[in-house]
Amino acid sequence: MDKYVLKYFNLIRTIIAILIGIFICILIIFIISKDPQDGLRYFLLGPFTSVSRLGNVIEMASPIILCGLAIAIPFQAEQFNVGAEGALFISAAVATGFGVSTAFPKIIHIPLILLVAGGVGAIWGFIPGILKAKWNTNELVVTLMMNYVALFLSLYIINFHFRDKKANFLVSYQLPKTAWFDQFIENTRIHYGVLLTVVLVILVYILLYKTKLGYEIRMTGLNINFAKYGGINTFKIIVLSQVIGGFIAGIAGISEVMGIHRRFNWQATPGYGWDGVTVAIIGRNHPILIAFASIFIAYIRVSGQVLNLLTDVPSEIVTIFESIIILLITAEAFLSQWKYKITVREAEKREVKVESAS
Amino acid sequence: MTPILFASIGVAITTLSGAVNISLEGTMLISAFFGVIVSAFTKSLILGLIAGILAGVALSSILSYFHLKLKADIILAAIALNLFASGLTVFLLYIFAKDKGTSSSLRSLVFPSIDIPILKDIPIVGEIFSGHNILTYFALLSVLIFYILIFKTPLGLRIRAVGQNPDAASSVGINVNKIKFYALILSGFFGALGGLYLSMGYVSWFARDMTAGRGFIAIAASNLGANLPLGVFLASILFGTLNTIAIYLSSLQIPSEFIQMIPYVATIITLAIYSIQASRKKRKS
Repeated sequence: MDKYVLKYFNLIRTIIAILIGIFICILIIFIISKDPQDGLRYFLLGPFTSVSRLGNVIEMASPIILCGLAIAIPFQAEQFNVGAEGALFISAAVATGFGVSTAFPKIIHIPLILLVAGGVGAIWGFIPGILKAKWNTNELVVTLMMNYVALFLSLYIINFHFRDKKANFLVSYQLPKTAWFDQFIENTRIHYGVLLTVVLVILVYILLYKTKLGYEIRMTGLNINFAKYGGINTFKIIVLSQVIGGFIAGIAGISEVMGIHRRFNWQATPGYGWDGVTVAIIGRNHPILIAFASIFIAYIRVSGQVLNLLTDVPSEIVTIFESIIILLITAEAFLSQWKYKITVREAEKREVKVESAS
Repeated sequence: MTPILFASIGVAITTLSGAVNISLEGTMLISAFFGVIVSAFTKSLILGLIAGILAGVALSSILSYFHLKLKADIILAAIALNLFASGLTVFLLYIFAKDKGTSSSLRSLVFPSIDIPILKDIPIVGEIFSGHNILTYFALLSVLIFYILIFKTPLGLRIRAVGQNPDAASSVGINVNKIKFYALILSGFFGALGGLYLSMGYVSWFARDMTAGRGFIAIAASNLGANLPLGVFLASILFGTLNTIAIYLSSLQIPSEFIQMIPYVATIITLAIYSIQASRKKRKS
């Protein structure tokens, strides 16, 4: 058994972190709730109470998955780009502007808007990328700042150029129908952007693990000096990893606009970029695991909404839960003693085997 | 300006010790919350102050425990703690005030404003320098404290040594982790004061996510000011001024978004210039 524990150590560690999180939340529910059984039931099974809630999980997971991918690609190259939030916002604003001011048949309009969004996101990734590659400027701080630049620039674009004056809130004009991702499951808002997300998960997986570029990205992340010595153009990789990440973040925002809101209706950044960081951590930068982690996060978020609606437990318990999990998963030394013990035991066993064989 | 000045001093101290602390957003939030709650229930300003500071320092301690002991990446752990602070405060707000928006149903206390004798009677000058909140004066004093701490005390010397080259520092017998721990705790202390000013000086209630990104703005300010006392001070004034201009402009229907953007763009440009200079210096040597 020890062998399997070692092989799947990271997975087991993640599961233990999640179990600890769940345990703490159950404890909190029992302390504060007058009807803890209801609270517990909705906390664990909330999304299963209706089809539309189950649909909510999928809808919500989609942008989180895309942001997770957008964060994971630079993370794999050891670039701390946390700019998905800003890239998503500015791309959605520009692409919405493009969408409402152009008219094409659907089959051309949708790809064009996606390309505009991706392009803007790519530019948003290029800036910190080139600064880092050329002069070693701290990409974390630059991208943090760019998130704010994106926020204000987008609000300006929407407010002064595409604002729907008939609406009471700061929202853009509605996108023409040719720019809509249609919703195709009744009682839910699941739209074709969700399918696009699935395709992108597979594409990013292939990119990272089956292509030369992906190999170079991962090598640069593992050891940049080694990668350089081995002939990898790390300058290119540092820039490119953030450009590709920005492109995907760009798609994340506009996909939700095209599939659900049909107009730009954000007054503040929606937080998907930060969720992307969360799921990239939980999924250890692996596209497939990120997809599962995102569905998990979306699931507990919807649980939170159900809790809020039907019980006396505030939905923020879910936020606390998330933060505990991230803390435990990022803590490299968490359970490391256990791993150490097993490793030693396993090594001893092997030694005994070798000795008895000789 | 006051909360940003406090927080950017906090960020600057950790940056000097070699780590970017992006958890000040959470620190300020949690201090703002506990200051209000404790002062409302105990009717004591001092207890509110202590609770706020303790809460902020506690969050920094958790961060340093996970970063230094459990080897978590400080950025990811800080992101988690920001999330934690945001969730916990709203959660507890609902428990204590039965409201998820603000704590205005609770009667919490505020820090007093101070008139400076003589100075307050001089026209214009008196208006500018007198009648501010006591925490604002303490923020100004903190710039001096920060200066003395970093440049005139052994601890400050060690913090800078650890930040510039941890291996060299450790080779002369400095306990690197301990120094980093002190830097993080100090940063939590200053961040806490910034948070307290928000909820018990600037206004008299706690509102969900009321820090509104000031913890991140502080990172900008401390970077813009090269993490040095005078620089941090001037950068905070710049940020405060631009914010006031933006509020004024938006009432005039002029796009205030561009004014609001200036601090961040300025920070990016400054950072780029610093790093270009640094890489040139490296190439020369």
